[in-house]
Amino acid sequence: MTATAKSMADDDLALPPPMPRTPSGIDVPVLATPEMVRNPDPGEPAQFPFTRGIFPDGFRGRLWTFRQYSGFGTAEESNARYRFLLDQGQTGLSVALDLPTQCGYDPDDAMARAEVGKVGVSLSNLSEMEILFDGIDLSKISTSFTINGTAAIIYAMYCACADKQGVPRAKLTGTIQNDILKEYVARGTWIFPVRPSMRLIADTILFSNDATPRFNPISIAGAHVRDAGSTAVEEMAYTLANGFAYVDELLRRGGDATKFAKRLSFFFYVHMDFFEEVAKFRAGRRVWAKILRDRYGVTDDKAMHFRFGVVCGGSSLTASQPYNNIVRVGIETMAAVLGGAQSIFTCAYDEAFQIPTEFSAEIALRTQQIIAYESGISKTVDPLGGSFFVEHLTDRMEDEIVKVMDEIDAYGGVVRAIEDGWLQMRLAERATERRRKIDAVDTVIVGQNAFRRESQTDDFGEVFRLDPQAAAKVIEKFEAIRDRRDNAAVEASLDKLAAAAAKDDENLMPYLIDCCHAYATVGEMVARLKQGWGEFQEPVRL
Amino acid sequence: MSNLKGKRIMIAKPGLDGHDIGAKIIALALRDAGAEVIYTGLRKTPGFIARVAVDEDVDAVGLSLLSGSHKELVAETMRELKALDAGDIPVFVGGTIPVEDRATLIEAGVVGIFTAEMRLDDVVAELARRLSPEQAA
Repeated sequence: MTATAKSMADDDLALPPPMPRTPSGIDVPVLATPEMVRNPDPGEPAQFPFTRGIFPDGFRGRLWTFRQYSGFGTAEESNARYRFLLDQGQTGLSVALDLPTQCGYDPDDAMARAEVGKVGVSLSNLSEMEILFDGIDLSKISTSFTINGTAAIIYAMYCACADKQGVPRAKLTGTIQNDILKEYVARGTWIFPVRPSMRLIADTILFSNDATPRFNPISIAGAHVRDAGSTAVEEMAYTLANGFAYVDELLRRGGDATKFAKRLSFFFYVHMDFFEEVAKFRAGRRVWAKILRDRYGVTDDKAMHFRFGVVCGGSSLTASQPYNNIVRVGIETMAAVLGGAQSIFTCAYDEAFQIPTEFSAEIALRTQQIIAYESGISKTVDPLGGSFFVEHLTDRMEDEIVKVMDEIDAYGGVVRAIEDGWLQMRLAERATERRRKIDAVDTVIVGQNAFRRESQTDDFGEVFRLDPQAAAKVIEKFEAIRDRRDNAAVEASLDKLAAAAAKDDENLMPYLIDCCHAYATVGEMVARLKQGWGEFQEPVRL
Repeated sequence: MSNLKGKRIMIAKPGLDGHDIGAKIIALALRDAGAEVIYTGLRKTPGFIARVAVDEDVDAVGLSLLSGSHKELVAETMRELKALDAGDIPVFVGGTIPVEDRATLIEAGVVGIFTAEMRLDDVVAELARRLSPEQAA
């Protein structure tokens, strides 16, 4: 035995077996037995309450979408990356946007200068999106935009881009995240106060239901709250609570639940506790359908379908011994498939500390392909259904999720809990607790807080480098488009937008699309809306 | 247990980065260790951060950055502090800081870089050592 292997084995002996509880705190029985399961019959897939999934044939008819998140620097560079990924067999694009675009600042704004093109591509106006999708037929791909504060604007830009390509809007498929509630809690790209933001979201959904019926105008996301430190139970509970807040807003605006509910979709993280993750999705499907039926009177099966995408990795990945992350993402991807995800994004192993390289991004995609085509787990519907343990855990997760949703209701609902900073404070406390457990090695993270090699030097592999000139190129193009466009037409379109925004019952989408066609910039549109609506005032409560 | 009693420490989020959970965890940990913590909330400019640091007479400023803009925003905040004759306030940094950038930040005068994998007690101890060298023994 070498010295290294010996010290690792000693380390091993020092640790007790893992806790007999899930990370959400649910007791795990030594042996699960039939009497632990509430209903011995888990039901049929595609039938209420959809515990076993929303499709009668699972993945037999169609696999999930392999959707990798990418986009950085300039639109030209991102376009090249997209073409590479599509050539490799990726079936959907996912666009990462830089922070100025996400927060509504133009690239030449003093607030934006340091961050142009850093965490995603800069899309300040339609001409940039035309470059981004150059040579990519928008009627043939589905595109997912991780965009929230400015989601309505980016969606308007996508519609305008389709107009320019000659693609009928009705053929567009894809998703905008467009979930502002969780931005106030975890991700931080809010712009306007909560209530006008909810109105803007209702505008996009109602417009999209008619104009782009195959497009998902919202992806209600628990992923960010989870990655920030919530438990799996809280992730699902907060997300469902947010989902119902949007349902309430859409009903207030005169929407028809049977129609709009069919286009609501969800987005979650998958972390490492395999069975808890599977049970989380089975329970979430059930709670969503039950509340839509019992509280909102929805009877259409399709409208009760809980459709979701996932991301595997995130804060479950480590910067130390990064190649271990490949194993983690593989396990998480299996949980996502067995939980019945409609689309999966697998993080690259180096995601914990940098923008993935082509090498690491390829392994992430291959992980999904290996699970889809080699592992065999997608051949039969819900293969874990009927397992005493999985059914028991699904019941327990359902109970706990409903309990947290009731706590939010008792506080006065999510909107109030967010405006007051109560949910944010709860999350900070939970995240600190998770951190303390890791520090105390109550939660074991291999290669990080346990089983470290002595004098471990972490091998980070190839490092991705952003083009240092990217920001300068973006600003140069930005100045050029402002010189080239018809500024009188821009002003006129912005005036109409501002007038429409002042009326609560006017749908802003047609006005935003007109602004995009005139090459008005994201910063200009946001500035006009801020004039009428003001900005969110962050409640800082610790 | 390291003690930060009597210390006033500012935790700030410069730029547009919205990932604030690390900043909040550190704020809570410093408070648990006895410090009085001033947390700015999101999207503050370096100029604003420097001004508040001086107005609040803080003993240290912690900057949390996960957006890849640490080099620009840390340097700018330190320039703003110097411009207010407060260049002696120690600045520490947390978040996603690639290994190859750490030396640059230290050379620029940053007193410590605390990344996500450090234990909270170690962060507190390191800060206590920096702020009260006499306690370090």
